[in-house]
Amino acid sequence: MNRGGTTFWIGAILFLAAAFAMTQLIGNQYPFFACYVILQFIVLAIAWNVLGGYAGYVNFGTSAFFGVGVYTAVFLFKSIGAPLVVQIAAAAIVGALMGFALGLLTLRMQGIFFSIATIALTIVIETAITNWRYVGGAAGIQMQQPAPMAPFTSYVQMLFFVQALLVVLAVAISRYIQNSWIGRGLQALKDDELAAECTGVPTLRLKLLACVISGALMCAAGAPAAMYLQYADPSSAFNLNYSVSVLAMSLIGGTAHWAGPIIGAILLGATQQLLTVTISSEVNVLILGVMLVLFVVGAPEGIIGLIRKARGNRGEGEA
Amino acid sequence: MKRRTFLGGTIAVTTLGLTSGAGAQQAPIKIGMSMALTGGLAGGGKASLLGTEIWRDDINARGGLLGRKVELVVYDDKSSASETPAIYSKLLDVDKVDLLFGPYATVPTAPIMPLVKQRGMVLIGNFAFQVNSKVGHDMWFNVAPWGPADSWAASFLDLGQKAGGKTVALLAADQEFAQNLALTARDVAKKMNMPIVFDQSYPPTTVEFSGILRALNAAKPDIVYVASYPPDSAGILRAVNEIGVGDNVKIFGGGMVGLQFGAVMENLGSLLNGVVNYNSWLPEPTMFFDGTKAFFETYSKRAPEAKVDPLGYYLAPFGFASGQLIEQAVKAAGSLDQKAIAKYLRENTHQTIVGPIAFSADGERKENATLQAQFRGIVDKNMDQFRKSGKQVILYPAKLKSGELITPFEAARN
Amino acid sequence: MFSLDLLQDALVSGVLLGCFYAAVSLGLSLSFGLLDVPNVAHPAFLVMASYGVFYLNDKFGVDPLLAGLLITPLLFVFGLVAYRLYYETFEKRGSDAGVRGIAFFFGIAFIIEVLLILQFGVDQQSVTASYIGKAWRIAGMRIPYRLLVAFAVAAGLTILLTLYLSKTFMGRAIRAVAQDQEALRLMGADPIRIKQWAFGISTAVLGISGALLIIVAPVNPTLDRSYIGRTFCVVVMAGLGSMSGTLVTAIILGVVEAVVLTMFGASWAPAISFAMLLGVLAVRPQGLFGRRS
Repeated sequence: MNRGGTTFWIGAILFLAAAFAMTQLIGNQYPFFACYVILQFIVLAIAWNVLGGYAGYVNFGTSAFFGVGVYTAVFLFKSIGAPLVVQIAAAAIVGALMGFALGLLTLRMQGIFFSIATIALTIVIETAITNWRYVGGAAGIQMQQPAPMAPFTSYVQMLFFVQALLVVLAVAISRYIQNSWIGRGLQALKDDELAAECTGVPTLRLKLLACVISGALMCAAGAPAAMYLQYADPSSAFNLNYSVSVLAMSLIGGTAHWAGPIIGAILLGATQQLLTVTISSEVNVLILGVMLVLFVVGAPEGIIGLIRKARGNRGEGEA
Repeated sequence: MKRRTFLGGTIAVTTLGLTSGAGAQQAPIKIGMSMALTGGLAGGGKASLLGTEIWRDDINARGGLLGRKVELVVYDDKSSASETPAIYSKLLDVDKVDLLFGPYATVPTAPIMPLVKQRGMVLIGNFAFQVNSKVGHDMWFNVAPWGPADSWAASFLDLGQKAGGKTVALLAADQEFAQNLALTARDVAKKMNMPIVFDQSYPPTTVEFSGILRALNAAKPDIVYVASYPPDSAGILRAVNEIGVGDNVKIFGGGMVGLQFGAVMENLGSLLNGVVNYNSWLPEPTMFFDGTKAFFETYSKRAPEAKVDPLGYYLAPFGFASGQLIEQAVKAAGSLDQKAIAKYLRENTHQTIVGPIAFSADGERKENATLQAQFRGIVDKNMDQFRKSGKQVILYPAKLKSGELITPFEAARN
Repeated sequence: MFSLDLLQDALVSGVLLGCFYAAVSLGLSLSFGLLDVPNVAHPAFLVMASYGVFYLNDKFGVDPLLAGLLITPLLFVFGLVAYRLYYETFEKRGSDAGVRGIAFFFGIAFIIEVLLILQFGVDQQSVTASYIGKAWRIAGMRIPYRLLVAFAVAAGLTILLTLYLSKTFMGRAIRAVAQDQEALRLMGADPIRIKQWAFGISTAVLGISGALLIIVAPVNPTLDRSYIGRTFCVVVMAGLGSMSGTLVTAIILGVVEAVVLTMFGASWAPAISFAMLLGVLAVRPQGLFGRRS
């Protein structure tokens, strides 16, 4: 393992240790509720970036994957009372399958056509869930959290820690992709798919892989939301806001580096949480729009781009 | 576990120490709630909040509660289920509020029920529908007039049956509230031996209803029960006006959300005539209780400035009544002890500006007080007409009745 | 519950509904179809136009269609400015304009939504006109006049735009720029100015489309969200840039939706049209009436 890898894993372990210590030391529940939401967005943004950032396929259907994750969990919980781990694992599998199907679509379409296909997919799936009475249908469904597993004393703390684990997993995967042949291949096909194909890059396999990973992570991130809310209804679970927020987070953070979506998700997620309990008005929605426009116009490479530029300027100009 | 209690104890002691050290002035009583201030439910949410704010100003002018000022801590839940768990956790754990009010409507309320139950807090519900049936929180008290789950559909179908209706058509939006209404309507129709000849749900994005209405007409129902949301309510009534529903229809409406709001009613104008629909409060002579008139005088004055529904009949008086409930209970309990407050609320009948309120074991109203009223003589583009009595004649419940049903529907439309 | 009467009803309302879909999608067919601008804010512009119409109708009693014409020049200028902004920030810089372009328009759409809420409130608004709320009785059917207006407007707009694109100099230039920007530059024309002009037209059309939107049903500030899928569905399925193709596709969609609604129930209607879109994209990515392979 090289030096960068060691530092990364030490960081990951420290992060998990800190998250675990929080659950054992802090009695106040609010930080867990608020941070859970932010962690969830981090996983979603990273997952989106695997396909959207590295491969350049813009997925508008984040909410479709998120919602399927939620409803996989709802279904398993209602039918067999499956524990959280099973819910998440099953959601990841379903997400991977869905990702595979999406990947097959990329065979025939690129660019905005792909994006529109993901919107269509979202609507089709949402309609199906809406008409599925067993999981509550349009009327929604209420569930009750079981007792938390030791050593956690409250369920939300457990969810928080589980979501922190998912963050580490997502970051590790996305970092691995970026630094391996997969990332270079995806970069090549993003720049020019035809050229990449001609030079022997296995574009189809790469695209399928990116779709499967991205889909599995998104669904896995959505699964715990069922137990977090103890309630699910299609219009909340498939809300367009997930798609747009995640897109915004990745772009604001910067899509070229695995750290970009994390920075974006923390920044935007924390801002939203903060605004909810301070301003509490339309301005909240306005912030998302204004930040999105400002960043794509002013800082096309996102915060990561700004940081690189700042470093570059300090060094040797353009280098 | 033990360490947690110990920690909690120290925090409580320090806060107590701080407040008593702050001087003779006692800290205000904080009431926490989230409210739909943006998003789809914001129109109703803002009016509801104004009702509660009027109560707060009123009680503070009268010297407060237990000699302490009352302060509202309100956050925007964006009409969404995903925001409320974090908000109520903040209210409880960071703001340390003394009392809780529920958010407006079912979706934002459902996710907080387990949390509130776990913390053993009294929750005054605000127009959520049957959110407590699965959770079973014994400190939940819904201010809404709904009553038992099936009574809503029962009252409407009963009116239809008395008017000579034998068959039922159900038209419901594919959204939670409407679907819940349709669910109970199916059961009730079965019990009353009325066959359902048409049963359809439509997606919330539907823009054009003439096709649906034609299919409905083809089934030739006597009773048409509609459970819809504001945008579709308008679309459905337009289509009814253009296509007609046939002379066999005795009664039309029942669960159309939106026809309670001033702006929507003003927009629809004469299209409303004949429709029988649910409501919670109307300016009919039977609906004025102690303080009702004074409340609406204040509300009308403050509504333009707050940019909310100028009429505010549907939610605002209940926002005020929530305050009255908690005021009476806290006074009777003599403290903020949640158990004592809940006990008082459960065991007594409370006089409010929306009439006497008594709760059954599940925290819903003991008796259904949901009005079914028929629109009469409405003209286009006139907001003030709705302030007069006789424009929405109350047919149900019997206690509050202010007129008789005109039937069939086509005859009532003129 | 099947009957021939019902099928006939479904066909008629499907055609009319399809015309309405076409009328709100034609602008997008121009901006996205011909110019490749990923204008996801198109429905937001549309709702904004509806509010303009509402304002004129409510304050001054102007007929909604006339009001739509009155705000058309404003919308044209708005489109010119919007494209210039988009071009300077994205197309000019070249690479990867797609993702950021989409995000940019999403941001704009959100901002418009909030501004409309701040100005007009969250409640739905509607307009009044003599043809709203009445129906035409023919052959045992009653057809709402407002849908007939939609029919007329959709047909009129399609013919006008088709003629404009094929007969006028500017129109031909627009089609040329859509096919080969470089060739046009070699001929001494400025492709950017032409594209800007075309984008202006695509938003100008929204004046009358917006009027139609609020004539057919009441509008609220967040209505644009349910039209993103619908309008793009029509334009993509039609194949990019074909005006008459847009009209025909929209009508097919409308008819399918209406028939599904009558035969199987309304709750499956949206899934059907989007499943059709997925099918078309998978089998024939260039769309039903597409211009390129």
